[in-house]
Amino acid sequence: MRRVKLAEDHINAKLDITSEVCPITFVKTKLKLEQLKTGEILEVILNDGEPIQNMPRSVKGEGHKIVLVEQLGDKYRLLIEKGE
Amino acid sequence: MNFTESQILRYSRHIIIPEVGGEGQQKICAGKVLIIGTGGLGSPVAFYLAAAGVGKLGIIDDDVVDLSNLQRQILHSTNDVGRPKVESASEKLTALNPDIDVVTYHERLTSKNIMDIIQDYDVVVDATDNFSTRFVTNDACVIAGKPFFHGGVLRFAGQALTVIPGQGPCFRCIFHEPPPQGSVPSCSQAGVLGVLAGTIGLIQATEVLKYFLDKGELLVGRLLTYDALDMKFREVAVKKNPACPVCGDNPTITELVDYELPACAF
Repeated sequence: MRRVKLAEDHINAKLDITSEVCPITFVKTKLKLEQLKTGEILEVILNDGEPIQNMPRSVKGEGHKIVLVEQLGDKYRLLIEKGE
Repeated sequence: MNFTESQILRYSRHIIIPEVGGEGQQKICAGKVLIIGTGGLGSPVAFYLAAAGVGKLGIIDDDVVDLSNLQRQILHSTNDVGRPKVESASEKLTALNPDIDVVTYHERLTSKNIMDIIQDYDVVVDATDNFSTRFVTNDACVIAGKPFFHGGVLRFAGQALTVIPGQGPCFRCIFHEPPPQGSVPSCSQAGVLGVLAGTIGLIQATEVLKYFLDKGELLVGRLLTYDALDMKFREVAVKKNPACPVCGDNPTITELVDYELPACAF
């Protein structure tokens, strides 16, 4: 919980990919993460369905951490901590 | 580099790859490649490097499209017969990827013009059909310190080698000097299965992309040979020759020379 609070207070960048389809959802998230330093936090808003099913796994596969997954109606909010 | 929406979509299948990402795609987009020849090998090399988003492609060829080319020179079409190859090529490449810059040289590459031309590029691809140009290209690239990607095809055989001046052998370390006149046939004399040009050209293009990405192992000091009939690849380990006249310890070739040879391929 403390880690989540820490992340919430230090969001470095935000991305809304609710108008994208896979795999552009992941591509844009990846491009945004490339601009951050290790440990920085990216907030991503994405749709239910394919995006939320695929994104966390793809992001973790690249060495980043999913700090929070929060449902907001028919959308989801992720907080991602950039890995190495 | 900030990608446009259309570039993000265009290069998405590259960006997803862990070893590429946006950073790798930026390196490819910043790349400048000179392709010597827009024929059998040049066609797939140019096509795929354009697709990949290589920012600047120089294409040099003094030839015009002939019907006999179309069995393998896939950059050109039947309507292009009689047109300069570089014009026909440029059209197809920019249609595939309007983002890139295609520079055409409708002339023969010789010892007189090569040093000026190659200086605008990061690397050079040998997509030629004759030994004279191959040796001049090798020598110029070694002297100028430009990486050079060799390929050659004939009948059912092909080969590829990557030369990074200062590392591994150059083309001359292995092949010493052009073969005697008449000893090695050209594609027009011996023939070539069209697809061979695709296979080897794409290996060359792959090496170019890996060079820009700085990923994987290049064919430096590794002569890759291909036998399409057996469907086998073999690798021959080749070393830098300390007595090589152009890249050795005491170079004797410090000026470029055009060899008087009929057009002949590997």
